[in-house]
Order: sequence, then C-alpha cells, then structure tokens
Amino acid sequence: MTRGPALLLLEDGRAFEGEAFGGAGTSFGEVVFNTAMAGYQETLTDPSYRGQIVVMTVPHVGNYGVNASDAESSRIQVAGFAARHFPERFSNARGERSLGEALVESGTVAIHGLDTRALVRHLRSRGAMRGVVTSERTAPGEREALLADVRRQPEMVGAALALEVGTREPYPYGAQDPGRPRVAALDFGIKRNILRKLDAWGLAVTVFPATATPDELLEAGRFDGFFLSNGPGDPAALPSCVGTIGALVESGRPVFGICLGHQLLGIALGAKTFKLKFGHRGVNHPVRDVTTGAVSITSQNHGFAVDSASLPASLELTHVNLNDGTCEGFRLRGRPVFAVQYHPESAPGPHDSDALFDAFAGLLARRA
Amino acid sequence: MPKRTDLKSILVLGSGPIVIGQACEFDYSGTQACRALRREGYRVVLVNSNPATIMTDPEFADATYVEPLDVATVSRVIERERPDALLPTVGGQTALNLAVALEEEGILGRLGVEMLGASAHSVKLGEDRLLFKQAMQECGVDVLRSGLARSLAEAREIARPFGFPVVVRPSFTLGGTGGGIAFNSDDFEGIVKRGLLLSPVHEVLVEESVLGWKEFELELMRDAADTCVVVCSIENLDPMGVHTGDSITVAPQLTLSDVEYQAMRDDARKVIRAVGVATGGSNIQFAVNPRTGRRIVIEMNPRVSRSSALASKATGFPIAKIAALLAVGYRLDELPNDITRKTPASFEPSLDYVVVKVPRFAFEKFAGASTVLGVQMKSVGEVMALGRTFAESFGKALRSLETGRAGWTTPAAADGRPPMPRDEALRVPRPERVFAVLDALRAGAEPERISEVTGIDRWFLDRFAEVVALEEELRGAASRPLEGLAPLLRRAKRHGFSDDDLGHLLLRPAAEVRAARVAAGVAPVFSRVDTCAAEFDSTTPYLYSCYESEDEADPSGTPKVIVLGSGPNRIGQGLEFDYCCVHAARAITAAGYESVMVNCNPETVSTDYDTSDRLYFEPLTEEDLLAVVAREKPLGVVVQFGGQTPLKLAHPLERAGVRILGTPPDAIDRAEDRERFGELLREVGLTAPPWTTARDASEGISASRRLGYPLLVRPSYVLGGRAMRIVYDETTLAAVLDEALEAFPGRPVLIDRFLEDAFELDVDAIADGRRVVVAGVMQHIEEAGIHSGDSYAVMPPYRRVPREMLGAIRDATRKLGEALGVVGLMNVQYALKDGTLYVLEVNPRASRTVPFVAKATGVPFAQLAARVCLGETLDALGLVAEPPVRGVNIKAPVFPFRRFEGVDTVLGPEMRSTGEVMGRDRSFGMAFLKAALGAGVRLPEGGRAFLSVHDGDKEAVLPIARELHALGFGLIATSGTAARLRQAGLAAESVFKVNEGRPNVVDRMINGEVDLIVNTPLGKESFYDEVAIRRSALDRDIPCLTTLSAASAAVEAIRARGNGPVRVSPLQEATP
Repeated sequence: MTRGPALLLLEDGRAFEGEAFGGAGTSFGEVVFNTAMAGYQETLTDPSYRGQIVVMTVPHVGNYGVNASDAESSRIQVAGFAARHFPERFSNARGERSLGEALVESGTVAIHGLDTRALVRHLRSRGAMRGVVTSERTAPGEREALLADVRRQPEMVGAALALEVGTREPYPYGAQDPGRPRVAALDFGIKRNILRKLDAWGLAVTVFPATATPDELLEAGRFDGFFLSNGPGDPAALPSCVGTIGALVESGRPVFGICLGHQLLGIALGAKTFKLKFGHRGVNHPVRDVTTGAVSITSQNHGFAVDSASLPASLELTHVNLNDGTCEGFRLRGRPVFAVQYHPESAPGPHDSDALFDAFAGLLARRA
Repeated sequence: MPKRTDLKSILVLGSGPIVIGQACEFDYSGTQACRALRREGYRVVLVNSNPATIMTDPEFADATYVEPLDVATVSRVIERERPDALLPTVGGQTALNLAVALEEEGILGRLGVEMLGASAHSVKLGEDRLLFKQAMQECGVDVLRSGLARSLAEAREIARPFGFPVVVRPSFTLGGTGGGIAFNSDDFEGIVKRGLLLSPVHEVLVEESVLGWKEFELELMRDAADTCVVVCSIENLDPMGVHTGDSITVAPQLTLSDVEYQAMRDDARKVIRAVGVATGGSNIQFAVNPRTGRRIVIEMNPRVSRSSALASKATGFPIAKIAALLAVGYRLDELPNDITRKTPASFEPSLDYVVVKVPRFAFEKFAGASTVLGVQMKSVGEVMALGRTFAESFGKALRSLETGRAGWTTPAAADGRPPMPRDEALRVPRPERVFAVLDALRAGAEPERISEVTGIDRWFLDRFAEVVALEEELRGAASRPLEGLAPLLRRAKRHGFSDDDLGHLLLRPAAEVRAARVAAGVAPVFSRVDTCAAEFDSTTPYLYSCYESEDEADPSGTPKVIVLGSGPNRIGQGLEFDYCCVHAARAITAAGYESVMVNCNPETVSTDYDTSDRLYFEPLTEEDLLAVVAREKPLGVVVQFGGQTPLKLAHPLERAGVRILGTPPDAIDRAEDRERFGELLREVGLTAPPWTTARDASEGISASRRLGYPLLVRPSYVLGGRAMRIVYDETTLAAVLDEALEAFPGRPVLIDRFLEDAFELDVDAIADGRRVVVAGVMQHIEEAGIHSGDSYAVMPPYRRVPREMLGAIRDATRKLGEALGVVGLMNVQYALKDGTLYVLEVNPRASRTVPFVAKATGVPFAQLAARVCLGETLDALGLVAEPPVRGVNIKAPVFPFRRFEGVDTVLGPEMRSTGEVMGRDRSFGMAFLKAALGAGVRLPEGGRAFLSVHDGDKEAVLPIARELHALGFGLIATSGTAARLRQAGLAAESVFKVNEGRPNVVDRMINGEVDLIVNTPLGKESFYDEVAIRRSALDRDIPCLTTLSAASAAVEAIRARGNGPVRVSPLQEATP
C-alpha cells in the first residue's frame, strides 16, 4: 500500500492535501462526487466512471471490502478515488479482500484524510472540473507544473470515451434458449447488472461493440430488439453511434436505452444534450414517472443530460428529476422505443425501477 | 394529491408522562405534528396529560386538553370537540393503543372519527407478534421462529426445538416490559410466569435467540401514492440482545455492502406495505447473522418512534412533521425538503458525517437493580453527537454524557496500560461495557478477540484500536513542548479527543492544551447538517463542529443570544428544562435577536432545527461552548433554563469573558454554598433548619451530634436529590456520608436537621432585578421527606396552610429574590412546622415546576424570564402581580419501578420519578382523580382497602377509614391498626403481616382481594414486610399510598368519582 502524502489538485488551482492509499502514481481525470453511502465497489468498477476521479461523500469507504460478485465490470475503471477515510481492514462475511488491495492491484491512485466536504462544496459551486490525484508530485514546489499538466488534459466535453471501454468483439451473455426473445446490446461501457437483469427477464442477449454497424445488428430477423447501454464521456462525440441507433429505431423493433444510451437515442431522435454543472451521482435521486405520477428513488451516474426543451414533438417526456427538473426519460410516440437517464438496474442503489425491464421484456414478448 | 379538504378538525393524542421507553421524543414529534397541521389550516385538538410538554402549550393547538389518556376521558373530549379525524401515530405506543381501544369500543365509529396514518389493523399487526409473523411470511420476509404461549407448559413446548438462550416477550406491554432472555430452564420459568402476569392479554411470545447477531433499523416514510423512502439507516454497535434504546447506535449503517443494504431496504418496503401503514413513518428492525448474512425482520413500529426522533436529528429530515402532512393527503413529492428548500421530500438523505447515539442510565437511583442490559429498556435518556468520522462522533458523544468522563479517557489514562478486563465485563452488556472494551484494547487485546467475546463488529473495534494507538502516541509526546505538536493534536481532535482527554494524556491542564492548539490554528469549524452531503446549498443553520477546513456557520450580523440546553435526560433533569429552553429561544427571537441553541439531546424539541434561529448540536462542555461562542460572538449566554448542566458551565464561561445574561453566577453560589446561604438568610431575617457542612465523614459525624437526628444529608450542586438521604442514626450517617463523598468528590456534603411531619411548599417566582413576582405557590400533598419531584403537588395550596402563612411565604420569596439579585426565574422550597416557616432551598434558575405553573396560570413564565434576561422589565412585560390560579391543579409523579426488579418503591429525598402528569378541575377531589388516572394509578370505586399504619398515624387514619367505609369499602388491617379501627366502631378484618403466618396480606393481594393499600412506613423492623407489600402492589397495579395525606387525597378522589363522569375542558378556557 502506498503511504505518505497525497494531493488532489483541481484545474482552478484549489488543492486538497491528504494521505496516499492504493496505487502509487499520478492520475488525471474529471473530478466528480458521488453521494451514495454504500456501493463503492460497484462505483469503482462502473465503466461510466472511466476518466473520472471519484470523490465519495460518505466518510468511511472500504468497510466491507470487495468481492468478485459485486463488480460491475472486470476491472476498476475510475482514474482516481478519494474519501475522508479508507480503513485498512474490512469486516464483512461477503468480503473477499480489502479495498486497499484492490486499488493497489489495479494501480488506482487514491487519497484520504482530505476535507471531502469542502471539495464537494467547491465542485458543487464551480462545477465538475479536471484535476489530478497524485502520491508522487506532492511537493509544494511542483504545484505549478502539476497544475499546468492538469490544464493540458482533454476536457470531458467532446470526449468519446465510450468507444474505449466496451467489448471489441460481440459475445453472447447468459441463457440463449431458442424460446427467448433475442436482444442486441450495444456496449458503450455496459454494467454487468444490466446484463444480469436482461438475462433474468428472460432475454437472450448478445453484446456488441459500440462500433457495430447497422448491417450487423439488423441482419434479417437476427434480433427482436435492441438495448443501448450506459457509458462514459460526451454523447455528442459519438456521431457514428448516433447514426447506427437511428437505423435501429427505423427497424420498428423495440429499443431501450439507459444513461448514455438514453442520451444517444435522444440525439438520434432530434434532441440535444448538454453538460450538467456537476452531474447526478448517487442513489437518492427522486424521479417522477410523468404518466403515472409514481415517484421512484433512483440510482444515477451522469454528467451529461438530454435537454427537455429540445425534445421534438415526436418524443414524449416520460420521467423527470424532481431535484432539478431535468429529463430522466422519454419515449418515441407510436414506436416501441424508450429510454431513461437513470439506472433502473441499480448496483448500487434502490431496486425501485424494475418495471422498466418488465416493459422492455413485454414489448419483446409481444413481438415474439 | 394535495391535502384533504373534507377534514376540518383533527384530534392529536400525546404520549402522556415521561416513562422509560417513551420520553420527550414524543413531545418533539407531537409538537411538529400539531404545528404542521395548524399551519395547514386544520383545527387541532390535543389530549396529553403531561404538562411539561411544549405540545401542550396553548398556542400549539386550538383546544388543548391536559387530561388523562384513557378511553373514558378521551371519549368525553371527542364528544365535546367532534373532530373529523384522529392522528394516533405521533404519541408513541400509548396513543396507538388508546386509538385502537377507542376504535374497538366503537367510539370512533359512533362519533364519525376517521383514524389517520395507521389503521387499527396495522397497529395490531405491528404489535401482535403472531399476526406480524404471518404477514411477514406471506410477503416473503424471513422472521424468527417462535410461538405464542398462554401457559408455562405451552411455552416449554415451543422452546424445546430452539435450545437456550430463548427470548420471552409478553404481548402488548410498553417497551418490552417484563421480557427477558432465558439461559436455562429456571430463568425460563421465572420470565414466562412474570410475562404472563404483566401482559394485559396474558400471553407471551417464545422465540429463538438471535443473541449476538448484528442489529439494524431502517426509518421509512410512505405516502398515499405508495412512494416509499428510507430516511435513515441505523446500526447498533451492541449486537442483538440489548434493547435498541439501550444500545449505542450509529447512523448511517457502516458495515453492510450495498447489495446487503438494498436487500434489507427491499424487505422494509415489503414490511411497510404488508402491515398496511397507509401514510407516515415506520421503524423496522432487522437482525443479521454476521457469519451467514441471514437477515430477519425483528419488529416494526407503524408510527413515529424514538428512533424516528433520532433519525430526524441525524439527517435533518423532519419525520413527524412530514408524517402529519402525509396523513392529511399530501404526497412526499408535493412537500419541500425544509433544509434545501429547492428539492422535494421524496428522497433519501445522504450523510457525509457519522452520527453516534449513546444511552444515559440512572442505575445509581435504583439500589439493588441489575445493571445488565437486555431486551427491556432501562436507559432514561440519550445523547447524540455528529462528527466527520466514527471516532470523532464517538468521542464527542462520550463527553456529552456528563458522567464525569473527559470523553475517551479518565485521569487514569495517564498511566497507560490498565489491567485486562475480565471476559465477563466484555461479554455481559452493561452501561460501562464500552469502557471495558477500550480498556481491553489498551491492555493489548486484539480486536478479533474482543469481537468474538462481545459480538461487536470488528470494524468498530478497529476504530477504537486506532484511538487507543493515538492515546499511546499522545502519552509518548507528553514530555515535548505543545508548540511542536500541532499535527498530532489535529489528528487527535479528528478522532474525537477532548481537551480534557489531551490534558490527561499530555499531563497538562486542559486549558493549556486548548490555548496551545488554538494558537497553532487547531480549532474546529462548523459544518451543516444538510440532508444531501453538500450536493445542494443549505439555508438552515443546523451545525456541528469538526476539525476540517471550511466553516459553514455563516453567522449574520443580528445580535445573538445563546441558550444552553439541558443535555441528556436523566432523573431530575428532563423534559421540563427542555420546555424552558424552547420558550427562552422563542422569546429571544420574538425580542428581535437571533436565538442560538446548543444541546446534544436528540429527543428534544430544543434540538429541532426550527425551534431556534440557529442550532448547534454539540456537547455541553466548556471546550465545545467556547468554540460556539468564538464563532457566534453572542451578546451573551443564558444558563438558567437548562437545569444543572448549564449552571455548572456558568463560571467557566464567565471566566472566559462570556457574558451571562440574567441572574449573575455569583447568586447561584450564594444559594448553593451553605455558609453564604446562611449569611443570606440572616440578612433577610429568614430561618433554615439547623444545618452544617462536612468535607469528610468524621467532621460530619461530630457536627451532627450538635444538630440531633433525624438528618437530611446531600451533596451540594446536584439536581434531583442525587445521593440524598434521611438518616436516623450515626451508623447510617457514616455510610451515607461515605457514599455522598464518593459520588461527588471534592464537594462538601450538606447536613440539615430533617423536619418530620412538616408541610412542604414550592414557590416559583420571576424577578427583573427590581421587582420579584411570585408565579405560583404549590403545596406538596405528602409530608416533608419526599423529594419535591416525587411528590404530588397542588396549586393553589389546599389546606392546613393559614392565609397569613401564605403571605409570609410570598414575602420571604420577594426578599430572597431581591437579596440574590435574581434576574429571571427562581424557585424556593419551604417547610412549615409548628407555625414556623423554614427555607429549605433556593434555586436561582428555572425549576422543574415552571411548565406546571405556566399551565395552572396561563402565563408563559419561561418566555417572560428570557425577556427579563435580555433587559426588559416586568412592568414593561405587563407582569406586576401574582397571577390568579385557574381551578385546582395537581401534579402527580410517575415512577419506573416496574423496570427495575427487586427495587423498593418507597419514596424518599432522592428523586426517582421519570415524569409527571397534571390533573386540573374545579374541585380538589376531581383534580386528584385526574392526576391519578393520568399517572396510571387506577383508584378503585369499591372493594377492599388494606390499612396498616404506624402508631403515630393510628388516630389520623380514622377519618380516612370512616370515609372508605362510607364509600362502601370493606376494611382489612394488620392487627394493631385493626384493633384501633374496631375500637373506633369500624368493622375491620385482621390479616397477617408477611412474617406473621399465612395467608398473609401479600397472599390476599395475589388472590385479588385487595383493591387499595394505605401503608405508612413503620420503621426498620417491618421493613421487609413493607417492601413485599409495595412490590406486590406494583406488580398487580394496586394503588399503594404511603402517607396519610396522600391517602386522604385519594379518598377524596374516589368520592369525586362517584359524582358522575369526568368533565373535560381545554386550557384555552380560563377556568377548568
């Protein structure tokens, strides 16, 4: 385990000193905060966090260790990790090893002991921004050079990260019995729990790279419907994916998108996206289903959003975030096409939104 | 859906007197509910027998009935007020049970009253364990294996497959009264038998034990649209087996992964739906097997609970207020989050700090009671602390307790390694177990091993081990100059070390450590409790200290006054003082200042973020207050409203240059210091019983020979008569002196001549430095010798006090107030014997009776006192004369004896009551009847009265006996008393004393042949007899009167009862 001083420096020059934890090194990324009080392993391994330094607001992180079954991908995805305190040891029967070991193994630079609340308040008022976490370049004399390096990093706006994180080759996931409706899932950084849910809802899933072509996907009768996954980065930087999605919609078959998939579908159908000031990252966001009035507590992780005002007449706003009124879901009128911004698959977070999987599976069952 | 417009008037039920398991958290919840409903335009009718509550202040409801919480009385209220609906979910189990009874007796149906929030069915599901279990199994939630038994044989049959330990819980008792864990078949038999007796339906639940499993609680809210949120998760540090009210608890939960936590959340949602809580809050408790992860639901409360109060304070989410609004039809997403104001209440709070709650016990008041903690709650109060880490919060909570500890340490910490505690001290849960755990770590035990023995999760023990390692580091730095220690000091502060802790470890005075650290910039900042982990801006100054980098206190330029709260509830210092603090804060705000509240008790109204303008949830210690003062720079601090806790801080604060508003601290000294008090009395020409003081036992004994016996012995500067005794001989005196000197080292012991058979009177007064106005004169119904907090008291004085004597009492009060320079409230206790007036005690501060007097007169004295502290005059406030008393008002105490097996229930100078009720009516008898009913004393209408009085009372008992006879009671008496009764021409049946043969009086009681007991203490020889009688009376709910004046009052009440149904009237009407 790396010991000694560590530094988290933001592009506007604000510095937070703490102690090193996890891997040694220097790591750049967009600094964002997450308000979930448990679920750090799911967060660390969620590919949507690629390129980001994640600050947990809950003070103690690592209490129950990590295990193989709670991972959302095959590796730790975040660029860096910060919390008020990382305990050295964990205590939980399901834990297999400590968070520290996992961070060291993946070489993830982490910092604790810093005033995370001050950092969050800063990000809340100034917005998410580029930064660095380092266990090497902590000397005050190096501060200026480090800051210059931070400012040289690419911005999140325009970053096509989704093309880097997903699978390179198509692969089948879960049960493939002939009776099951067949779904092609476009992998922009798909979380395992989405795959688990699609499988559990009786669908035969094939996962495709983000770069899959309409021809592959629409090959006559091969798939009954399409799923558009979550993922990192700016949706506006993925025009080819948008084109593909447009073709999928045209097929008339059911399409369901989550998170980045929601944003890409929105763009494909004529809406616009924008970058939120500091994003939605947590498991306590209230979302109202506009049609039923029902409120769900949702799991969220996104820095970009679909602009409700930009929705063309063909799209119906179906879900609204009650904290800030932003678009949380829409559907294409007259077509079996819908998407949500939040994470109905949870992991981490409440299991309030399984109905969306019911809806998708229902549409596919009707076709089959 | 917006609020319902078909409802106009809503009846709210309070929880009655403070008892263990049901304390001022229900004043907090009831007050919130009443305020919220009134703000929505509903007419609110409130019934609560507890006069010390804020909720019963006339401005919180449209019609406030300080009346007994029983079916008959509340029916009268309903008939008079004809409310459209009843909200039973904010008054604890008392209100829920009463609502169910009203429903079952058809009263709600007949009068067209709709029950809001919970249905009778959901209450039953929550309470009836068998129904609950069935409902859980139906919705797929795992539960304990168990069965219901109505006999010992049935209980044995059920327990057979479980093996020991086995848990036994009586059905339908409050806070688990009468339950227990049996480790062998003898235990089992005893607990089952008692449980069957105590259960109103004579039924016990026998269940498998989850002793040692981890315990969690979720606080949920649900609205009529089925939106369901978890407001707070709570993890118990003490594993299953200790009542959650007696456990140290932490929020948020810290040791479950999201996978495990979400599964628990799923279960909780199933439970709340299955039990059918339509709207409002619920508390659901879970046990988790730490080895297998098996999770079972233990119980659910379909109402606002003690844990909801804690959860509200821990998160900033006002559960009771929201529950009230949901009950009238609002949905969570229609209500704003008060703290952020921009986001809705349909969310789950996120905490970026750790909350620790530690219970406060009062075993020192109950000699002989077992201190082992179990499934029956025994604590009388609690503290809560917030910090950025578990260790920081924990250290703050320990020093908030006011048990004499510095926090993590005691002065012994300087020595390093303590001896290894015995396993028993770790295994058996007692209040001090956590200190044994710390000592075990200090002595070198591994966290793994301690976890195995205690069942405490190793995660917590690892944190304790870090604290212990830091202690070692600090001890090692003791020889170094403080100037170089800033980084170490900061680290220690971030682990919750107090300046006193640091003083112990660094071998320096705490003040020196403080000065050095502040000079080095190691000072706390204040963070906000904002419900959202800083995601959104907070406009509410609800603050806690921590050693981080950014301060969010952001005080305005408006002049500020700090009100010091009263800390954890304990016997002698409870709700009454919180009432006074809340009034003070309101008055300060009304006068145009900003009120700043500092308190650490999560059960109170004072720690609600909208009671004062600014709230600091902080320990009440010199260190913590100086930090608040440094940040707020107040005009001054008021210390006279929160009881002894703030008074003790007055001098240190004054020394630090803080202005004390109101009565100067020196006046407190003059009243407490016996020498100076003697001078004061001489100055104003008043008399006290002959007295002396002693700093050691021999001095006390020799001085006492001069005074003559009996004597009243007590330590100075204590509240609630702590360690106060009446002694009749020198041997006892020596023992009592030792006890007092040990309990309060360094404080002189006061020894007074005890005035036997004197009348006692209590006077509350208010003064502005110029004028002293008497607020109220109360007469104790019992003779001198019983602590004023444990006595029935009547206002106005009812008899046997000549008019001119009352004049003398008022004069004396005025003189004392003037001589002491009182600015604010004062309380004087007098004794009247053989035509002479004695001053027993002067307290230049708010007293326990202030709320009672306010309710008896309709004058808000605590508010007026706060205004006076701010410099206003009584003239300007319009209070120039003693206000008239409205009707006859009687205050009755309520005792926790049932919780403490084997403890004698006889009353004495050490206060042991936990709460009080008020009876008010036009006549003495009716007021007494109501007070007794409110206190749960069921005065019989007829039957058999057992009389046994000492020789001195044999004449005086005759009129009482005649009256009882006239009321149709049969009389039975012990031989001496029976002889005297027969001599006076009254038919009296003789009965054996316990040691005289069988069947004796206790046998007759067990057989249900005694309905009323008059038993005045007969001295040492029959001590055991009396203990047995009193204990049996308690177990069987037979009223037992231990003084003749109380007996006479009770008889008057029984007569009044015959005059027809109880009349009810609201406080808003000038006369009852």
